[in-house]
Order: sequence, then structure tokens, then C-alpha cells
Amino acid sequence: MDFPEELKYTEEHEWIMIEGDIATIGITDFAQEQLGDIVFVELPEVGDILEAGKNLGVVESVKAVSDVYAPLSGEVVEINEELPDEPETLNNSPYESGWMIKIKVADSAALDNLLDVAAYQEFVETD
Amino acid sequence: MITTEGRGLILDEKLLFEQSQVGRVGYSIAALDVPDVTPDRSLVREEIADFPELSEVDVVRHYTRLSTWNYGVDTGFYPLGSCTMKYNPKVNEVAARLSGFADIHPLAPESFNQGALELMYNLQRDLGEISGFPAITLQPAAGAHGEFAGMLMIRTWHESKGQKRNKVIIPDTAHGTNPASAALCGYEVITVASDGILSKEAVAAVMDDDVAALMVTNPNTLGLFEADIREICDLVHERGGLVYSDGANLNALMGISRPGDIGIDVMHFNLHKTFSTPHGGGGPGSGPVGVVEKLQPFLPVPFVVKGDDGYKLEYDCPESIGRLKSFYGHFAILVRAYSYILSMGGEGLNRATELAVLNANYIRARLEGAYDLPNQQRSLHDVVFSEDGLPNDCHTLDVAKRLIDYGYHPPTIYFPLVVHGALMIEPTETESKQTIDEFCDAMLAIAEEAKNSPELLKQAPVRAKVKRLDEATAARKPKLRWNG
Repeated sequence: MDFPEELKYTEEHEWIMIEGDIATIGITDFAQEQLGDIVFVELPEVGDILEAGKNLGVVESVKAVSDVYAPLSGEVVEINEELPDEPETLNNSPYESGWMIKIKVADSAALDNLLDVAAYQEFVETD
Repeated sequence: MITTEGRGLILDEKLLFEQSQVGRVGYSIAALDVPDVTPDRSLVREEIADFPELSEVDVVRHYTRLSTWNYGVDTGFYPLGSCTMKYNPKVNEVAARLSGFADIHPLAPESFNQGALELMYNLQRDLGEISGFPAITLQPAAGAHGEFAGMLMIRTWHESKGQKRNKVIIPDTAHGTNPASAALCGYEVITVASDGILSKEAVAAVMDDDVAALMVTNPNTLGLFEADIREICDLVHERGGLVYSDGANLNALMGISRPGDIGIDVMHFNLHKTFSTPHGGGGPGSGPVGVVEKLQPFLPVPFVVKGDDGYKLEYDCPESIGRLKSFYGHFAILVRAYSYILSMGGEGLNRATELAVLNANYIRARLEGAYDLPNQQRSLHDVVFSEDGLPNDCHTLDVAKRLIDYGYHPPTIYFPLVVHGALMIEPTETESKQTIDEFCDAMLAIAEEAKNSPELLKQAPVRAKVKRLDEATAARKPKLRWNG
């Protein structure tokens, strides 16, 4: 399973890529594999204000419907508009074409709460 | 040794559209004996495209042949966990077809329908006795509708006391519909991790003055009895909240334990599970709700009361949450449930519960070892295995599909979500030891196949009308029309 080193992670199996005050968010390889074939994706709208720990969207697979939680607070500045039409992208390319949203991070101190790759890998292995 | 040999009979059948013959009809209309009228052009459709033209026998054969593709409780064992697919006794059908029940009109004067009203009154009374609740509404159309009714009563009760509480606590082993019902009533859902059994400490950690209610399913979706439920109810009550119990798994408690005595404030029944009325496509469902005395003023109207002049529908209830369903609920289903209660009797209902629990634990004992059992606590009416330990990249879905080849409807899979690759088996009390043993033999054979010939699981089903469906493409790019 693939966990790129440059990304940050959460225990809810999301990845976060930080560039300045913009965070790109998606779900991990582990998450997509556990979910199975993803058939439906619901994203927030540009301009929505997200609160860390609250729902940012929904991912539905043939097995289950799962909420996706915002790893950080902030305003949605861009969404992956192709994703709802091609949900299989989340399975095929979770870290690249399957990115979900970009947010303008409200509080950079919150970045310290995210896991690095080693911590996430350990979490996945022990969970 | 059980095998898949000699277990198929599949009639082929085309769509009605494909069978159509121009000019073929299934009717003969009497000669016109009224003046001819030409309707306004705007009302006339020039052409009905591709409307199938068929004779009566074409249509009868079509649906009869399709019906042979069905699988139901009258076909065979149907161990769909959490759904309580027990046999539906035919005496229920005899009762529902009695002219006094089947041929009455819901708007006829009450004096014409006294028998029907008496049945509803008695069913309210009997469900109350079984559950320990003093007041019952028969109106909700199915389980989740009952949840909605119950949560609306809880909300209205809080409002009547001037309380604006906005949260509902739901453990991760609750039924999947519970969060939706709470959200529909305007509540924020607080999910609590349970580790199999909900602990008092876990509830205490999130219980505050904004919590309107706790919604629990007992026994929960792991088939486990919530052992601390009494203390948990006390805790919620001390902080001014109420407790809703999802009664979907009442088949494990009926005649043994009464939710109303445990401290539950509201509970719905699934007549289509516990009380042997049709479930699934054969429905409709029915989800009566029982409440404690302080919630009685909020019951939906109407309900049946007994007065000096006989039985009548009571509408005079100023604090009622109102009407939730046209007329009086699914009346013909109520007749079937009442027929079940009377034909079983108190001791019979008690015995049914004991056998339902015994059957689930027998399956657990026979399959433990071959399949991973994530929770060690004693099971009640159903048993949940996980896919952990299945060899050769075999998964729960593969086991379920292979069961079709052995002639069984698969169990519930991938639910509850707290179990990895859940396989949830509920035999109910209506199955014989012989049937259950044959099913266990099939499950054990599949576990062996997973080790030695996993391709049999991966290819399954091969002895079904259709082979393995591509569920992902069906969901991503559904084709909803025949030739669209």
C-alpha cells in the first residue's frame, strides 16, 4: 500500500498536502481499499466554511456509505469537479487525480495535530 | 457431503417489450352504447411508443415465470441478519382475508367496523403487554417511520417543557436508520464507540444538557444484549434526556424481557420481523411505537379507545404530534400480526424467542473456528462473523455469492460497519435443526473451498439466473430503461 512521504495524514484516513496556506485533501490508499469500489462522491461547494472534525462530504462504495471529515478548519477554495462524475478515480488514483478539495487553512497551528507518514503507517498497522 | 449438483431450475424469459406482437390484445370491450365523443386534441397522445401488445396468457406466464426467479421464506432458508426473515404462517393470510377485515371501507361509520377497531384495540393492548409500554400507536408504516414517530414525540415532549435540546447520542452498533431518523427530527447526531457493548462511561462522556435522547438498538446489531442498559437509562434520565430503543431485534427479547421495564421511554416494533408479517417485497411493513405514560399525550392521532358504546377512533388529543399516515396504518398487516400473537399465545412467543437464540448460538458453535468471530460475548438472535482469516484473497462478498450456488439466500454482509467484512447470520426460530445443519455444512464446505479452490468463490454464483453482477458499474452508470 502506498503512503507518500510528503503528505500529512489523519486517523480518519485522509491525506493532506500543504502548500503555503492551501491544503489539498483526499482519502488514502488504505481508505479506498477498505471501502471497495467507490460509486458516489459528494463534495462541499467552493466558499463553504469547514470546521475541523465536521463532515466535508460523503463517499459511497458498493459496501457502505462513509462520511469524510474535515481534517482542518478553513474555507473551500477549489473542488475536484470531475470526481462526482468519475468516482472510480478515488480507487485508481487516490493521491493525484482523486484529490477531493482544496481549502484555505484558517489556523496553521492546527497542522501540528496531523500525523506524519510513519505515525499513520503505524496507526494503519495496529488498527 | 453437500454439493451444488442437481440444484437448478431456471426458466428463461424475455421482457414484455420483446414479446410484443402488433395487434395482440388481452381484452374485449363491449359494444359502444353511449354517444361518441372526440376529446380535445391537447388530451390525445398521437402515438404510444413501443407499448407492449400482449394477450392475457402472455402476461400471466410472464409474471409466473419471473416469480420462479424469486427467493423468499417460502422457498428456503433466508438467514438475512437483522431482518428476522421468519416464516409467515398461512393462518395469518386466512385471517387477513376474512370479509369483515378485507372488505370494509376506512371511511365507513365506526359502528360498521367494530370488529376491525376491536382488533386494533386488542393489538395495542397486546403489544403493550409484550413490551411493557402503557400506550401504543399502530400508525407508522414501517420501522424507520416508527423511529421518526418516536423521535418526534421525544422532541415534542422536550418542547412542551420549554427545553431546546439539539443532540442525540447513537452508539456505533445501532441500526443504520437511527441517525437518519434523528437528523430528520432536527437533531445533531453524536456517535459513540461501543466496543461491542455500550458502556455507561462512554455515554456519560458525551451526555449533557443539550442531549435530547439516546437511541439504542437492543440487542444491538452485533446480536449482543446491552448488559448495562438499565444503568445507562438511569444516567440519561438523570440528565433530563429520554431513551429510544430500536425494537428491530425484539425477536431476541419477546416474552423474556420487556424494554418498558428496563427504563426505555420509546420503542418501535417491526411487525414484519418479530410478528411474522411479510418482509421485503412481500410487505408492506408496519412499525407500531410504544411509549411511557408521560409521552402518551403526544401519540399520533387517531388511536383506538374503548368507550361505553363500543370502540372508536380517538382524535381529541391537543398535544398529539398529529397524523403520520393515511387512515390507520397498514391495517391488513395488523390483522396478520394479531393472528400471530393469538395463534402463538404467551408461552408460544416465549418459546419462539428461546429457539431463535438457541438457533443463532448453534450456528455460532458450528462455524466458530472456520470463520472469525470478532466478539466473544454470548450471542442472542444473530451471530456476526468477520472476513479476517479468509485465505487466498477471498472476501465476505465471495462467501455470500458462493452460498447462492448452495441454494441459500446470503446473510447480511458488510453490516454492521464496526466489523471488518461482516457476515451477519440470523436463522430465526422457524428453522429445523436439519435445515440449520445443512446450511452450516454449506458454510463449512465454502471455508474449505476458500483454502483449496478459491476460484469457486471468485466465480460464484454459477448456479443462478445471473452470474456475478458488476455492482460497481451498475451503481456508477445505471441503465434505468430497457432500450434507453
